[in-house]
Amino acid sequence: MREKESIYLPKLAELVRTEGLTERERLFELKLRNGDELGHQPGQFVELSIFGVGEAPLSISSSPTKKGSFEVGVRAVGNVTNALHRLEKGATVGIRGPFGNGFPLDRLKGQDVLIVAGGIGLVPLRSLVNYIEDNRQDFGRVLLLFGCRTLQEQLFVGELDHWRASKDFEYYESVDRCEDPSWKGQVGVITTLFPQFTIAPEKTYAVIVGPPVMYRFVIAECKNKGIPDDQILLSLERRMKCGVGKCGHCQINNVYVCQEGPVFTYSELKNLEEAI
Amino acid sequence: MKYEVITKEDLPPFVNGLLSEIEVVGVKRKDGKFYFDRIESYDELCLDYDVTLIPPKKYLLPPNETLLKFSLGEAIQVEPFIDAAPRIILGVHPYDIKAIELMDAVFSDSNPDANYMERRRNTVIVGVDCRNPSPNAFCPSMGTATTETGFDLMLTDIGEQYVVAIGSEKGEELLKKHARTRQATEADLAQRKAVREEALAKYKLSIKAAVEEIPELLERNYDHPLWEELAAKCLSCGSCTMVCPTCVCFDVQDDVELNLTGGWRFRQWDSCMLQGFAKVATGENFREDRTSRLRHRYFRKGNYMLKRYGKLGCVGCGRCIGACLAEIASPVEAYNRLKEGS
Ligand SMILES: Cc1cc2nc3c(=O)[nH]c(=O)nc-3n(C[C@H](O)[C@H](O)[C@H](O)COP(=O)(O)OP(=O)(O)OC[C@H]3O[C@@H](n4cnc5c(N)ncnc54)[C@H](O)[C@@H]3O)c2cc1C
Ligand code: SF4
Ligand code: SF4
Ligand code: FES
Repeated sequence: MREKESIYLPKLAELVRTEGLTERERLFELKLRNGDELGHQPGQFVELSIFGVGEAPLSISSSPTKKGSFEVGVRAVGNVTNALHRLEKGATVGIRGPFGNGFPLDRLKGQDVLIVAGGIGLVPLRSLVNYIEDNRQDFGRVLLLFGCRTLQEQLFVGELDHWRASKDFEYYESVDRCEDPSWKGQVGVITTLFPQFTIAPEKTYAVIVGPPVMYRFVIAECKNKGIPDDQILLSLERRMKCGVGKCGHCQINNVYVCQEGPVFTYSELKNLEEAI
Repeated sequence: MKYEVITKEDLPPFVNGLLSEIEVVGVKRKDGKFYFDRIESYDELCLDYDVTLIPPKKYLLPPNETLLKFSLGEAIQVEPFIDAAPRIILGVHPYDIKAIELMDAVFSDSNPDANYMERRRNTVIVGVDCRNPSPNAFCPSMGTATTETGFDLMLTDIGEQYVVAIGSEKGEELLKKHARTRQATEADLAQRKAVREEALAKYKLSIKAAVEEIPELLERNYDHPLWEELAAKCLSCGSCTMVCPTCVCFDVQDDVELNLTGGWRFRQWDSCMLQGFAKVATGENFREDRTSRLRHRYFRKGNYMLKRYGKLGCVGCGRCIGACLAEIASPVEAYNRLKEGS
């Protein structure tokens, strides 16, 4: 295959809006300078460059149904992410992608969907939730479970209010611990939400994104409910330095997460020793 | 394939002819060790060597390579950067040619890498059969002691002359333009065959399993105690991967000019044997313990690359065996241990 251009060359994008989500996470709305749509699927990611600092893989948090711009939600943890947090409206960043497979919309359509978001796992899942909301008739029941450690860590609080009230979703939430007496919701880890609902497992797809520790427990709950392994979907994080299947950093055994993933079914992962 | 013959007397004018046209990299000797370097004249060139310290990979995937250049400030501009100056690599052994074929597969796969591909297209490979293999090499076990593909020209020393196998039009052109040759006879080719067979007998190491068996042998032994036993001695220094002709993983970083008006993005060789290779920013390290890193290297070479690119990731050069201070990087020993135990 003859290459058309450098796979490492980012497109320039403008930061059109930023918004604080929590103490550590901010939302960034971006627009490609050449006016193109990003053209992504929910669950895909981009490589975002801050020139002179570096590049980081970030999930696309907005739905492709939202035209003209796209959003990433970012926790400040290191060089690139902290530099991004310091940028102001109008700043230029680089974007490569979209990369990865994304959530399998074709398989989800017509089915019931159980979305399980732990902490900033909600950032990528929001692209799916918003997509479903804009194409609600294509999906069956949609259950949305969101768990995080404390109330202060809840992201997209405006949207959470909307989902709580919306008839489109059956919304469940928990916080691991809470000292706020006004909180009437569940206190406990996200798995404590599972006894609160029943599902039709044969037509339910679970879509799970959260910290690595969460996966094992949530998968067990899904299996408990009778969801088949190939209907349990997870998005995995790995170190990524290229996003295009060259640098080798994202390998799980013989699988390249940036190419075959980041979304996998549990049946694909259960025999991959290094996966979960 | 077409074969020509060039006498040893006619070789220097040929090489010097190439030098007049294009950059030539060849094998040089220093303190009994061999290394690839740019040559200025035929006299610097060594065509009878066992193995070089670092494989010719460095000319296709440089240890440090600029990918982008950008300007900073008000209007950021970014441009790809590709250095693909034409070059001949002269005197590449068959196992290193096999490794380059694997690199070609990696970098042309699904998202072709323009930096590599441009450079590769501008690189002419003139191979030479290895007559005196390194004591650490085990090429016959890997099927890499000779090759019929992957070169533009391939020399075999048959005494007073070299048989030249012609692997590409580009190779043929260069030969026509710069060398005085004659067509090879049956007798020349018979001698070439004999020389190659003689070399085969000189290899000291061999794997007790057939090469086709290796992927499965590993798969059956994912949890074998051997990995932990070897890892207990591993220094996580990455030497075994730095010298390996099939190790292609890299890290990417940015750097800026001192006056902050611009900068560049570069990649540099990285190693899955280093502790932080699979560590993500939140602290999770997916190959934290040495055992999983050491096993990953062996599996990548003997199994994963075959699945992904259709070629095994080890060409039997033995460089890792010589490079590892802890004496635990030998594929021969590992495979043989597994084979004996099975
Ligand atoms: C597919 C995918 C999607 C993602 N989506 C999101 C998202 O939507 N939002 C989000 O916030 N994050 C997301 N991430 C995580 C995000 O990519 C990382 O947080 C980001 O790359 C960190 O980059 P940085 O330059 O800020 O941190 P860095 O400066 O690279 O590193 C941060 C920390 O890691 C340590 N570190 C770095 N390199 C090494 C090493 N080699 N060895 C040991 N320690 C090291 C540093 O010391 C530091 O403490 C995603 C990751 C993937 C793979
Ligand atoms: S693993 Fe060792 S013997 Fe095999 S190709 Fe790499 S350096 Fe050579
Ligand atoms: S196997 Fe040997 S060369 Fe490789 S990292 Fe371990 S000690 Fe270093
Ligand atoms: S991120 Fe580089 S290979 Fe996947």
